[in-house]
Amino acid sequence: MSVRRKEIIGERVFVALCLIAVVLPLVILLLLLVDMVWDGAGRLSWQFLAGYPSRHASQAGILPGIVGSFYLIIVTAALALPIGVGAAVYLEEYGRRGRLANFIEVNLSNLAGVPSIIYGLLGLGVFVRVLGMGRSLLAGACTMALLVLPIVITASREAIRTVPDSLREGAYALGATRWQVTRQVVLPLAFPGILTGAILAVSRAIGEAAPLIVVGALAYVTFLPESLGSPFTVLPIQVFNWVSRPQKEFLANAAAGSVVLLVILLLMNSLAIWLRARLQKRRTW
Amino acid sequence: MNLSVEQTSESPPSSVLVRVNPETGQGQTILKSNVPVPKIKARGLSAWFGAKQVLREIDLYIYPRSVTAIIGPSGCGKSTFIRCLNRLHEMVPGARLAGQVLLDDQDINAPQVDPVLLRRRVGMVFQKPNPFPTMSVRDNVLAGLRLCGKLKREQADEIVERALRQAALWDEVKDRLREPGAGLSGGQQQRLCIARTLAVEPEVVLMDEPCSALDPIATARIEALIHEIKHQYTIVIVTHNMQQAARVSERTAFFLMGELIEVGETSRLFTSPRDRRTEDYLTGKFG
Repeated sequence: MSVRRKEIIGERVFVALCLIAVVLPLVILLLLLVDMVWDGAGRLSWQFLAGYPSRHASQAGILPGIVGSFYLIIVTAALALPIGVGAAVYLEEYGRRGRLANFIEVNLSNLAGVPSIIYGLLGLGVFVRVLGMGRSLLAGACTMALLVLPIVITASREAIRTVPDSLREGAYALGATRWQVTRQVVLPLAFPGILTGAILAVSRAIGEAAPLIVVGALAYVTFLPESLGSPFTVLPIQVFNWVSRPQKEFLANAAAGSVVLLVILLLMNSLAIWLRARLQKRRTW
Repeated sequence: MNLSVEQTSESPPSSVLVRVNPETGQGQTILKSNVPVPKIKARGLSAWFGAKQVLREIDLYIYPRSVTAIIGPSGCGKSTFIRCLNRLHEMVPGARLAGQVLLDDQDINAPQVDPVLLRRRVGMVFQKPNPFPTMSVRDNVLAGLRLCGKLKREQADEIVERALRQAALWDEVKDRLREPGAGLSGGQQQRLCIARTLAVEPEVVLMDEPCSALDPIATARIEALIHEIKHQYTIVIVTHNMQQAARVSERTAFFLMGELIEVGETSRLFTSPRDRRTEDYLTGKFG
């Protein structure tokens, strides 16, 4: 009897601990958000969104940051998604299992854990210097693409693996080639999962500042990028710049900038989730 | 006058009748037109998964426009055998085979044979219904033709209707052609997979326990459908249901532990099996 009581108490304690583990980070996150919005709300205005940087905190805007982030994400996705999905298709559908596959697998996980600053240094060496792209939007996007590639590949591989072999065999038995099976059976089914990977990748890329600072994104940009070769800035760098200034007023700008970044991120993620839900709906019924 | 039935180790469904002249001792074939030519000949066919041998020196002829059933306990190699007939066996990592499979006397494993083209001639229906979940009923039927690039737009409706009628599914789905194939019941899905296979107009249809995931009514429908189409195709059906083999097939082959134990006309094999092991299996002493 008393043993059973002990068990019950132990279980309750465990559940309570789990609950704390869930609630605590959420509360902290919420406090941070509230604090950020509190600080930045006063600065959020049309003038702030559509303005250019300025020496005066009250006149500074973040349009170049918004546009720069937007362009960077588009180019990064355009580079990373085809290469990442292609690599995943090769590894899952074409490549043979063996030592080389294991080696690649281990290193993909390792790459996903490499600090982003390292990617920045690599981008500086390869894209900016050797390939002569300069401190341009393209060099930044290429660096970001490298950074998110492991995420895209891993998520795409997981998605491709969930497609049952019975469907592949069904298509082969109809006289399909490997490419036709991949294109018409595997990829359509894996697409929602691949999209999830794309969301993760884009979310990661949009919040990164460190590698872009190394590659040479500017902090004080009074123009919008005109081409892939233009200098650029992105939201996180703008925020970083404001935070590191001595004047107190710029802190409010940084908070407001963070709010804008967060809203853009949430909008993009909801769009992708909505798209995925739509596709999954069509798939099952 | 002596009438003797020519006996081969591989006796075809209707054997050759030979009239032997008692004076000269020479034979004269009188029923030649009835001699079926095997569609598929397996000769000394062995198969492995890694180091494990799953088929041992199978010699089996399969005749056109009839149903050949392959029976045997689980793990006897019957599925592997038919997967060697459309070269799906080789898709499994570590799979290997030896010996020959001849389709119309051509070695299907010869280097110049493209497995993709072979599979368009030798279709297959699987144990678990596997309609393509991203495709509608109609697209599922057309999938094979689309994959082959043989589909002409103006023929599509006609092909869909013909294949679905052949698979005895048309009346049930004719108003739901644009709905997803995965929304049908299990038995309907399996008939959809049969329609998909027939739409490519194969010469041989392999069926790997096509009813094992279905209820008795759906099973009866599939069996009736096999009866309907067997005059146009060469059908090989793997089943662990002996009654089903007895109902649908003209010839039955009994496999045990990777070996072909006995093959013959279904009625003969079931009533008077020649091998002790066949008899034991049929009477339920093991299985």
